[in-house]
Amino acid sequence: MEKVLTARIGKKDSRSIDTYLADGGYTGVKRVLTSGMTPEQVIEEVKKANVRGRGGAGFSAGVKWGFLPKDTKGKPIYLFCNADESEPGTFKDRLLMENDPHQLIEGMILASYAIRCRNAYIYIRGEFYDGARILERAIGEAYAKGYLGEKILGSRFSLDITVHRGAGAYICGEETGLIESIEGKRGQPRIKPPFPAVSGAFAAPTIVNNVETLCCVKHVIDRGAEWFLKIGRNEKNAGPKLFCISGHVNRPGVYEAAMGLPLKDLIFGAEYAQGMKGGKKIKAVIPGGASAPMLTAAEIDDCPLDFDGVAAKGSMLGSAAIVVINEDACIVDVAKNLSKFFSHESCGQCTPCREGTPWLYKVLTRIEAGQGRMEDIDLLARICNQMANGMTICVFADAAIAPPLSSVTKFRAEYEHHVTQKRCLVGARAAELVTV
Amino acid sequence: MSHTRYRVMEAGEARRFPPEAMARIEKILTRYPTKQAALLPVLWVAQETWGWISKEAGEEVARVLDLPPSHVDGVLTFYTMYNLRPVGKHLLQVCTSISCHLNGAESLLERCGKRLGIGLEETTADGKFTLVEVECIAGCDRAPSMMVNDQYFEPMDAGKLDALLDRLSREA
Repeated sequence: MEKVLTARIGKKDSRSIDTYLADGGYTGVKRVLTSGMTPEQVIEEVKKANVRGRGGAGFSAGVKWGFLPKDTKGKPIYLFCNADESEPGTFKDRLLMENDPHQLIEGMILASYAIRCRNAYIYIRGEFYDGARILERAIGEAYAKGYLGEKILGSRFSLDITVHRGAGAYICGEETGLIESIEGKRGQPRIKPPFPAVSGAFAAPTIVNNVETLCCVKHVIDRGAEWFLKIGRNEKNAGPKLFCISGHVNRPGVYEAAMGLPLKDLIFGAEYAQGMKGGKKIKAVIPGGASAPMLTAAEIDDCPLDFDGVAAKGSMLGSAAIVVINEDACIVDVAKNLSKFFSHESCGQCTPCREGTPWLYKVLTRIEAGQGRMEDIDLLARICNQMANGMTICVFADAAIAPPLSSVTKFRAEYEHHVTQKRCLVGARAAELVTV
Repeated sequence: MSHTRYRVMEAGEARRFPPEAMARIEKILTRYPTKQAALLPVLWVAQETWGWISKEAGEEVARVLDLPPSHVDGVLTFYTMYNLRPVGKHLLQVCTSISCHLNGAESLLERCGKRLGIGLEETTADGKFTLVEVECIAGCDRAPSMMVNDQYFEPMDAGKLDALLDRLSREA
């Protein structure tokens, strides 16, 4: 597939507005603002393209925009770009922002025009100092050339974009946590409804979209929904997509391909990750970041990397962060590492999550250290079942149970071996005992 | 939620933002519909001004934003990147999340601590280095990844770590 989102990455001065304009940048903004295309027509085009949210949830951006009230009763509408990229295994938005900031800015201008937003913000995670500086410089260039500010290109449309740095909290990637954080509070998610589109930041209608999603919007407006829908496996899973692959592979990195790229191609393809480091066998693959249930080596056959394809395997595409784990890794140790992350990042608001995540981590630590009891294995599953499926305000707990629950189910023999033999079960024998 | 970097209550002097910091804060305030919304950016200004955020610095932030100091404190302790204690000149942040973990992050972290003679959340006696463990910093394709202050260093290995620490030690 022709590169779309990453087409300019690697080119000289790809961050500057001059090269962006030379490559045809901001023509979409010019066309929309001078041709009389209405905001409703922009929304309709994005809806038609079925641009599903690239941050993790896969919800249609156009449909989300459609939830905005027709009459806001004098309240402004806010657009927040979610650049809080913190899902372990994910590093695509960092690449987009650091290398082609104007692509994102153009996407935000078009989205803001569509939803009638006057003030938009980029909520960027605190660790991305470079990304924030690069975006600020690019925003300055866009103001200087008249693409941002009052009456853009002589139209009646005005827009300001502000870069807002987070300060280290995974939960601020959850859209209502992000809204709380931008309001100057602890980033603790809100109960929904009301959904942000109705009442979000500062009690005003608010749209939160991921970096890659907004970049897709730019291309949909440039080339049309029909073009977008033709890329990918089917119209429900369409468009160009960035895949982040890391772990025990030869060539980890961000690869752009059509939605629906077979998982095996991404791992073994010559133009992608080029197979397993040292020729080792695969033990497990996490297909969508830390929050996604693990897949076994057998399950990765015939697994298209798109929202519905990975869901059919009982996991999720999430942020398209593929972490590949080889036969030498201990699955209990992997689950313990992931549980440590969730235990640290729980916002502390809901009891099942605040208490459950460190409990899972403690039990996993005990088993991994060879001090576990046989009943601990079922205890893990029991804790998981009491944390998720609507027991909490947000889906963090549902994410936190994915690694222990999926690994206990599929790699139970490794857990039992840890309890009885007090050490890891790896290699060929472990592979024979996988239950899926 | 930050579990370990809570502030030690210290007796300090009253703080006032210097004029250049106040100028930055005025500019920040023009970008938000409420003063409270500027809290995170203003806390960044405080940290850049003093290197860390003392109880007094938190109170100064509360004063300029017309917020209760308790609210500022609640927010400060929620996020992990605000330093609640003085940190060394070089804040070493080693990622130990899954992709880095699979690529030897723990031994990197251990080597760091051994070479500097400090544990996690500790600062060397000369005030040069503080060592912390951090969650995924989106450097998974260049694992193991680490940051020193605001700069990424990736991918790391024992040799590169030694060279980096040597270079930073030599700096004045």
